[in-house]
Amino acid sequence: MLRLENASKIYRVGTFGGKQLRAVSDVSFTVKDGEVVSLIGESGSGKSTIGKMILRLIGITGGKITFDDRDIATLRGGALKAYYRNVQGVFQDPFSSYNPIFKADRVFEIVRDHFFPGVEDREWDEKVRRSLESVGLNPRHVLDKYPHQLSGGQLQRFLIARALLLDIRFLVADEIISMLDASTRIDVLNLLADLKERGLAVLFITHDLSLGYYISEDAAILYRGCVVEFGRTEKIYDHPAHPYTRMLMASVPRLDQKWEDVEIELRAKQEDLSTGCVYYERCCDPHRSERCRERRPRLVEIEPGHSVACDRYSTDG
Amino acid sequence: MSLRVEDLTVYYQTLRGDVRALESTTFSIADGEIMGLAGESGCGKTTLANGLILLVPPMRHVGGRVLLDDRELPIADVEAMNRFRFKEISVIPQYAMNAMNPTRKVGRMAAELLRSRRIDPKRTLPELEKRLDLVELNRSVLKMYPIEMSGGMKQRMVMVLSTLMDPSLLLADEITSALDVSTQKAVAKMLVDFRDREIVKSIIVITHDMSILYQIADSILIMYAGQLAEKGPTETIIHSPRHPYTKLLITSLPKVGVKHDATRLTGIPGKPPLLLDPPEGCRFRERCPAAFERCRDVPPFVEIEPGHFVACWRETESNA
Repeated sequence: MLRLENASKIYRVGTFGGKQLRAVSDVSFTVKDGEVVSLIGESGSGKSTIGKMILRLIGITGGKITFDDRDIATLRGGALKAYYRNVQGVFQDPFSSYNPIFKADRVFEIVRDHFFPGVEDREWDEKVRRSLESVGLNPRHVLDKYPHQLSGGQLQRFLIARALLLDIRFLVADEIISMLDASTRIDVLNLLADLKERGLAVLFITHDLSLGYYISEDAAILYRGCVVEFGRTEKIYDHPAHPYTRMLMASVPRLDQKWEDVEIELRAKQEDLSTGCVYYERCCDPHRSERCRERRPRLVEIEPGHSVACDRYSTDG
Repeated sequence: MSLRVEDLTVYYQTLRGDVRALESTTFSIADGEIMGLAGESGCGKTTLANGLILLVPPMRHVGGRVLLDDRELPIADVEAMNRFRFKEISVIPQYAMNAMNPTRKVGRMAAELLRSRRIDPKRTLPELEKRLDLVELNRSVLKMYPIEMSGGMKQRMVMVLSTLMDPSLLLADEITSALDVSTQKAVAKMLVDFRDREIVKSIIVITHDMSILYQIADSILIMYAGQLAEKGPTETIIHSPRHPYTKLLITSLPKVGVKHDATRLTGIPGKPPLLLDPPEGCRFRERCPAAFERCRDVPPFVEIEPGHFVACWRETESNA
């Protein structure tokens, strides 16, 4: 089980690192075994930064990330290696994950050198064969080839197979589908679904809402490093509550509905809130309550010549 | 009829022989039509677009002709095409975001571009500014370097520059793929707006993303391995496609509301053939669940109902 508790990342920017950029602020969520959580957001929302922090490719500035209740920032040496046996990542561009002058199966050899130095050749070949078959590749067709001889979908599955060699329990899948062609896309997505059935937990980072819906139980919507909405995927998709999520839902091109129809539908859903305070959704005042949602506050004069429409100052009831 | 392509065949010359990237393509686009051109990578979408506007080596014009507003384009003659490029037929290239000169301010680059086409930049400036307003860009972008602009801003700037001379046909090659969904929507809607305002007469939108085409295109042309597979009105292609490839392609797309445990989608097994030595006949044959003897010959691209063309023997034979 992987848990993020108020995880934050602040980059130092500017010529002398004098300015700060909050890429991720106070993000908390949990990914249980056998569960897929989608991290959905646009570019610059910090979704890849979260993936990288989990993989310890970059440090964490505040909060903590725990795996099986151990803070991953404290892992050193052998413990860190054990962590990587459990947690691995696959990234967006399969072509740049390989060195083009070596054969693609070199990625397996690297795993062997680092994690399985004592394994016999025969046993290792068998292990590679099995892991390739489990991602739906025919070892005879894909082994002993250079990266340019394989398709994007094959290379991407290769990388998943590499991660599976380690009997991982958690996979960070950072936009692994977006570079693939439509006809092979779904195969990789189905593969993730199968692995999930076998108990693998996946953090599925994407900007494509329909992919997120297809694969995940929970979804987190990120905007500028903050989680603005989190919950069961169906609930978020059917009743997006945050204005940003609603904007996202209205923008994503869909095959079953035209943009205009989605906009009208969302507006209709929004009407439900129209009886309450107009600022309800964006309000972060501690005073915000059910009353704000149900009743629109009237303009009240709080001092001579100064009026405000907020439940906090309302005089009636 | 805005554009008519007849039997256009374009190969790439390589040391190992010709790559047959575009084979006897015949189709037409009506005035005011936004046609989506879709297919997997390597299916010849971009080759088709380049064949219409910039046919340079290693591309080789093997045969066929292109008529724009009933005038034949000298597509094989790079010099002669200069009269048409930018003014009659224009392109928003695939990496439009990186298409601007990083060492020039945008305004100066635009002026240089216009001067190279023997157009007075000063006289065009008011129109340019009007177009910037249209795509909701602040006029101050002309004093900015491309690095100061976001991806969406750059994309819109290139869009304004490409359409400044009111070309008859605009080719938009994967212009939305690198953008965020909200910017994507804005840019896609602007394309429609440009057509509605008759700034451009017709548009070919090249993309691998069918859902974008469903939103903005009037018709969709599906290509597979250098051959045309199907063309028809958007609704028809998405909801009742006839070519086996189109059918498989559409059903393999995840939609919001579809979950893997309830409805498991399937991809298309196999992969496209190499175009260096493509199989004879229908190139989809090897992956096609409906393939039969007849498919050893190239199926003709036939109109099975008004405006709906299919290249599949199953369809043609049953209608015959």
